[in-house]
Amino acid sequence: MERYSPAARSDRYGSRINRTQSPLRASIVPYASILIGSLVPFVLLADVMPLAPPLGFLVLIAWRIMRPGLLPLWVGVPLGAFDDLFSGQPFGSAVLLWSLTMIALEMIETRFPWRGFWQDWFSAGLAIVLYIFAAMAVSGAAPTIHQFIAAVPQVLLSVLLYPIISRMIAWLDRYRLSRSRRIG
Amino acid sequence: MAPNSSRRSGHSRRAQYSVFTGYLLAGIGALIGAGLLVISYWQPSAFADLRGAATDVAAPAGEGAAVVRGGSDSFWDRITAYYQAGQQNAALREEVEIARIRLAEAEAVEQENIRLKGLLGLSVTETEPVAVARLVGSSSTSSRRFAYLGAGRDDGVEIGMSVRSARGVVGRVLEVSRSSSRILLLTDSESVLPVRRATDETVAFAEGRGDGLLRIRLINLGINPLEVGDIFLTSGAGGYYRPGVAVAILSEKTNDGGIARLIADPSATDFVSVEPLWQPEAVESADTPIELELAE
Repeated sequence: MERYSPAARSDRYGSRINRTQSPLRASIVPYASILIGSLVPFVLLADVMPLAPPLGFLVLIAWRIMRPGLLPLWVGVPLGAFDDLFSGQPFGSAVLLWSLTMIALEMIETRFPWRGFWQDWFSAGLAIVLYIFAAMAVSGAAPTIHQFIAAVPQVLLSVLLYPIISRMIAWLDRYRLSRSRRIG
Repeated sequence: MAPNSSRRSGHSRRAQYSVFTGYLLAGIGALIGAGLLVISYWQPSAFADLRGAATDVAAPAGEGAAVVRGGSDSFWDRITAYYQAGQQNAALREEVEIARIRLAEAEAVEQENIRLKGLLGLSVTETEPVAVARLVGSSSTSSRRFAYLGAGRDDGVEIGMSVRSARGVVGRVLEVSRSSSRILLLTDSESVLPVRRATDETVAFAEGRGDGLLRIRLINLGINPLEVGDIFLTSGAGGYYRPGVAVAILSEKTNDGGIARLIADPSATDFVSVEPLWQPEAVESADTPIELELAE
């Protein structure tokens, strides 16, 4: 009897025979990754200047750009509120800025429907730069020139980190949609 | 990449409505955020309980990270120490000689202090720390400089208490919750600390600049007497900090003072101690409006 290669029965989400995706995993993974992204900078100790990239925000826009429509447009409110609990910013700053980011990214996508890697990186980079400086403006302290200079390494690191984060999110997306449940 | 066709609303009324509702909800969300922000400015302690509860939950994770941080520090120290053992040995021997001399001098000064205090009838003793804990986290993405301490109200920590490491002042307690507290670090741009030069009575304010350096602003203007390398201690003015704790070392001279570097680097310290308010009466009276004071 002719044997099929095992690879022919599976795609990148796993075997196609008697396996199906887990709805729980498919819905939880994006939110859990954003919440963890908000928590990671909390345990890092930066005493002289802001050094850690705003990971929660980076993961949010990476999910938003890679899977448009997966996160509802208003998702900035609950996720931003969680981020505000740990970021040290006055409560409400991420609620406001994350909501505005979601609206802006939605409008960019409607305006330029055909997108590629470079455009995604450009819009994400612009969002990151604007976000960090807007967060500085609403931080409750009068912004000084020294703060701007101190934020430059953080901004550069965050913009350069975006492609890596988006690859990680792509990996998480494959994990999210992998066929893990056995049926029959 | 072309957009997902299911995201185009086209002529479907239902799809158009759902897109519109999405924008509406996001817009309302942004407005809610702006409202919360205004409340946060107006009443900075409005969300302190919420934040405190969240930090209480996250603090154990930070505790773990702090242990790893301390461990890795000593690990690298051990490796570098291995390579520099010979040199270090000679340097340390020399240092011990000098330290012995200084110790003898300090003993003499201590004796003199006891005698003078006896003359004045003062009974100031070494203050006992309220709590000793690890720094479990910080606001490492924000432009503000806050740290989180793994001790809270249950350990006796109260708002306004000063936090110091073995090397010097780290900051001041800003918010307290059950088992964690938020600390305003000296490097935050809203932090102001009264200091004096170690060698004489030149008083100044040490203000955080937000980029890791402190700005030393002299109170008495005139010829700037400061010199690079001067060490600043807390002066005890204001009542929050105990006098005589190391704060900063001058690295650059300016017209009205200078730029100083911190002596106590919070990220390099393992444990910090929380000290009680130096002069609670002074802090209380500073908080009381002058009208109220006059009315009494």
